[in-house]
Amino acid sequence: MTDTAPLQFHVPEPEVRPGGTPDFSNVRIPEAGSVRRPDIDANPESIRDLAYSIIRVLNRDGEAVGPWAGSLTDDELAEGLRHMMTLRAFDARMQMAQRQGKTSFYMQHMGEEAVSCAFRRALQPGDMNFPTYRQAGLLIADGYPMVEMMNQIYSNESDPLKGRQLPVMYSSKQHGFFSISGNLATQFVQAVGWAMASAIKNDTRIAAGWIGDGSTAESDFHAALVFASTYRAPVVLNIVNNQWAISTFQGIARGGSGTFAARGLGFGLPALRVDGNDYLAVHAVAKWAVERARSNLGPTLVEYVTYRVGAHSTSDDPSAYRPKTESAAWPLGDPVIRLKNHLILRGLWSEERHKQAEAEILDTVITAQKEAERHGTLHAGGKPSTRDMFEGVYAEMPPHLRRQRQQAGV
Amino acid sequence: MPRMTMIEAIRGAMDVSMERDANVVVFGEDVGYFGGVFRCTQGLQQKYGKSRCFDAPISELGIVGTAIGMATYGLRPCVEIQFADYMYPAYDQIVSEAARLRYRSNGEFTCPLVVRMPTGGGIFGGQTHSQSPEALFTHVSGLKTVVPSNPYDAKGLLIAAIEDPDPVIFLEPKRLYNGPFDGHHDRPVTPWSKHELGEVPEGHYTVPLGKAVIRRKGAAITILAYGTMVYVAEAAVAETGIDAEIIDLRTLLPLDLETIVASVKKTGRCVVIHEATLTSGFGAELAALVQENCFFHLEAPIIRVAGWDTPYPHAQEWDYFPGPARLGRALVDAMEA
Repeated sequence: MTDTAPLQFHVPEPEVRPGGTPDFSNVRIPEAGSVRRPDIDANPESIRDLAYSIIRVLNRDGEAVGPWAGSLTDDELAEGLRHMMTLRAFDARMQMAQRQGKTSFYMQHMGEEAVSCAFRRALQPGDMNFPTYRQAGLLIADGYPMVEMMNQIYSNESDPLKGRQLPVMYSSKQHGFFSISGNLATQFVQAVGWAMASAIKNDTRIAAGWIGDGSTAESDFHAALVFASTYRAPVVLNIVNNQWAISTFQGIARGGSGTFAARGLGFGLPALRVDGNDYLAVHAVAKWAVERARSNLGPTLVEYVTYRVGAHSTSDDPSAYRPKTESAAWPLGDPVIRLKNHLILRGLWSEERHKQAEAEILDTVITAQKEAERHGTLHAGGKPSTRDMFEGVYAEMPPHLRRQRQQAGV
Repeated sequence: MPRMTMIEAIRGAMDVSMERDANVVVFGEDVGYFGGVFRCTQGLQQKYGKSRCFDAPISELGIVGTAIGMATYGLRPCVEIQFADYMYPAYDQIVSEAARLRYRSNGEFTCPLVVRMPTGGGIFGGQTHSQSPEALFTHVSGLKTVVPSNPYDAKGLLIAAIEDPDPVIFLEPKRLYNGPFDGHHDRPVTPWSKHELGEVPEGHYTVPLGKAVIRRKGAAITILAYGTMVYVAEAAVAETGIDAEIIDLRTLLPLDLETIVASVKKTGRCVVIHEATLTSGFGAELAALVQENCFFHLEAPIIRVAGWDTPYPHAQEWDYFPGPARLGRALVDAMEA
């Protein structure tokens, strides 16, 4: 006994705290184009290394290089840039609207625009996403009307969800965007169930589940991987590693596992890790995983390595837990600027066109905002009715709810 | 008409539903090849194939979570949690997801799901094979909660639950699987083949959700019961000779308040009985509703007879289980009050 040193309790800490100099020297970033592209029917065993690397297409000079390049046409790339710029402009206006008291709450995507915008373009109509609250790019890139998103954020009389849901908890069956829940990770396992159903019915549609780095610690993440693996469900399981879960750095959820993607290996899932700020890489990897699922080859786990540039939400102040300049030091840069530079390099875009596009997009967003505000904001103008509060709990209103609605005087 | 056990009736309900609707799928732990630890799904995999009836990993959260995803796709999953005592890992999925989906998406996504779980004590099941967690479901808006007490109701209610457009928690009193049980553990158990409610029609029929049934007409006092307690009530009435009206609630939510109120207004007295623990149990809701709706007709305080506020013990099974003696005392007290 006397020879045994006392046990030490380990609590992981991020490299740097406020006041310190941002340091990402521990993030190993492979050269763009250096990671191989296996066939979609690759045996998961044979591609274990991909869970520890980062698939990248755009290099430092903005060139698209390597085996994952070339999944998109020029027009698609320009469109992708517009989607990301739209999401960013939308975020900025809604953030401001929250500060102006027009709504209670908002969550931005700053820095993560490529992930959801590019992924959406790899899906087909009818496929179903099970998103978190930070994938509005799935809606933007699928042409969901911005006014509807704003109506939801404002909880106004035209809110498609009748004022029942917190801002940004959108729902659109038509656009393959499952109803967002405040409870983290729940949708990850539901995505697997939806995919199982599609296979049971011999359908051709696939599902995509979404989760953040922090929420991978929830039991639902584990259950989703077990069920996806057991039933070889046609699902793409996406982990958006933006390094932060509110104030908690990703090491707290990841623990000793080298990467989040590596979690898939123990379940026998092919696991890929991709540069989440590289629109081309995200699309190429998404396309690979989607094709794999649709070809009945089973699920794929994908980790998108990115950085949450903005605050967690309008209720959060990141300067309390991380250096203010950390996002500027993030080695994978900014997804909008990277795609913009790529397009300029190829003569498909220019600074002037970019400025012009920015102005046009801002104009579109402001026009949508004005229209939405005509239907009311949280504290002013048109509101959903109090009757709406009692509807939709069940398909048919049971007697006790009818009595309560009567008591409420509606 | 054939006589069946509750197990056969429940199996029959799934069989009928799977036959009629190709979207009905059945899964859970040991549910597929083996046919369930209580035999409730025996033969279904053989008849309908592995894509309609299959074994699941031991993950209640995974079972309910994937079932919700399937329901939103358009299937009608009827899943099994092996014991109600083990539903807690799935509770978040049931409460935060299944129950809220229609409401939060304004009807865009719905969840026609049935979660079956064997419930209740009286079988020396100890702490984790005896619980009655119904109050944890009735407190959740968006869920329907059903507890059958006999084979006829079990089949009709389960078919209705599977056809219902909303999530239904279907609690099966496992003590009643093979025969009615009145709490007299020292007497031989009657099998369902000797009980008229063991008569179950072949084929499709439903017992509507949200409707109670009066099991015994009476004028002196109303007993509100469900599950195994229906037979405890019958025994207590026989032993005390009190002319009680016994209402089998069958569905706890939505509750058939009309039948309850009409009965208590007639009798002027009410005893509520359930196996679940007393504090914040479903009996509290029943007592409150009776008090609110029948105050001027009540001639005695409403008495609740329930499991004690302890975890379900093993050796003390019959000191815990609310049997006919305890209910009988409550009936006498209520009559003398």
